[in-house]
Amino acid sequence: MTLKVKEKKDVEIEISEAWCKGCVICVDYCPHDVLIMERGKAKVANLAACTACMLCELHCPDFAIVVRDKSKE
Amino acid sequence: MFNYDQYLRITKFPLIWCPGCGDGIVLKSLVRAIDKLGIEKDSVCMVSGIGCASRLTGYVDFNTLHTTHGRAMTFATGVKMAKPDLHVIVITGDGDATAIGGNHYIHAARRNIDLTVILFNNHIYGMTGGQVSPTTPKGMLASTAPYGSMDHTFNISGLAQAAGASFVARASVHNGVQLENYIAKAIQNKGFSLVEAMSPCPTAYGRRNRLGAGVDMIEELKRDAVPYSKAKKMTPEELEGKVVTGIFINEEHPECRSEYQKIIDRFQKEK
Ligand SMILES: Cc1ncc(C[n+]2csc(CCOP(=O)(O)OP(=O)(O)O)c2C)c(N)n1
Ligand code: SF4
Ligand code: SF4
Ligand code: SF4
Ligand SMILES: [Mg+2]
Repeated sequence: MTLKVKEKKDVEIEISEAWCKGCVICVDYCPHDVLIMERGKAKVANLAACTACMLCELHCPDFAIVVRDKSKE
Repeated sequence: MFNYDQYLRITKFPLIWCPGCGDGIVLKSLVRAIDKLGIEKDSVCMVSGIGCASRLTGYVDFNTLHTTHGRAMTFATGVKMAKPDLHVIVITGDGDATAIGGNHYIHAARRNIDLTVILFNNHIYGMTGGQVSPTTPKGMLASTAPYGSMDHTFNISGLAQAAGASFVARASVHNGVQLENYIAKAIQNKGFSLVEAMSPCPTAYGRRNRLGAGVDMIEELKRDAVPYSKAKKMTPEELEGKVVTGIFINEEHPECRSEYQKIIDRFQKEK
């Protein structure tokens, strides 16, 4: 029997300050509290917790957040 | 990450839409759907009317037509008749398509012309500051309904289905993946295909009705969504205030441009 070890995600999150309108949708969607708001813009607070589920990127209306799952590249 | 850039007119960014407006989520879902189907950019023509939703055509790098209020369907019909090989996608709002453009909407559906219609339903005239629309729920406030809307609303999806559309689905921005899947199916269907996209307008609708910010309205959409399979077993009372999501019809039947082609072919043979 092979034991499945949860792969550690190698991710990079990029937020465009210029395009972010501070709507909080990404923070609301993130299941792992990776993101917070700071001075009206989204910010990465805990990258290590990110599972690259993409929910934030899928639902940011302003194309301001990009999650790069480097294990898939 | 998904690479949206190749489909966008990046120099036009940031988007004009308000913080928390759902329209950007629909735009993203639409782009992913086109990418998933592997459709060439040049074989797409997007046609919009007037309104916040209709501004979408300014941001995408396809053939685009930003037309007049209520007439997206008619311009799109012209494009499809003249260039049947194009994927013609109509971008419109609840006001654009079912108020001023209501007649064009039902007749395009009736003819089952091969258009993919992405109808952004935010229950209001967003662009002009919140006038009542044919989908403003009874009792809700609008600038032209200061004591609450008095009228019964249109069921936009039901209207298309009754008129003769061959694909009809409703999804909401709270589930971008479902929205993308329905849009892809709508594009694949040969005939009039509607995706009614529920999208919050926090500025012109949410604020006046104290519904909170866009994010709160998206949470509400999430809570209110009922899959069609489940809704079929519910009573009208139980469905009050719910948003039924799903594919309501997906059945090909004779399509307008193809029927027209048959006539052309017949006369060319007789010549
Ligand atoms: C002939 C004409 N009448 C009225 C208007 C003003 N007008 C612009 S957008 C709009 C309503 C748009 O509502 P909807 O289609 O729901 O789009 P939304 O802004 O909500 O996305 C109206 C009445 C116009 N531009 N042209
Ligand atoms: S990809 Fe998922 S886990 Fe990572 S920040 Fe976005 S929502 Fe959170
Ligand atoms: S969803 Fe997008 S625009 Fe909204 S706060 Fe997050 S990054 Fe900014
Ligand atoms: S007015 Fe409403 S529909 Fe228009 S951009 Fe603002 S939130 Fe969106
Ligand atoms: Mg509207």
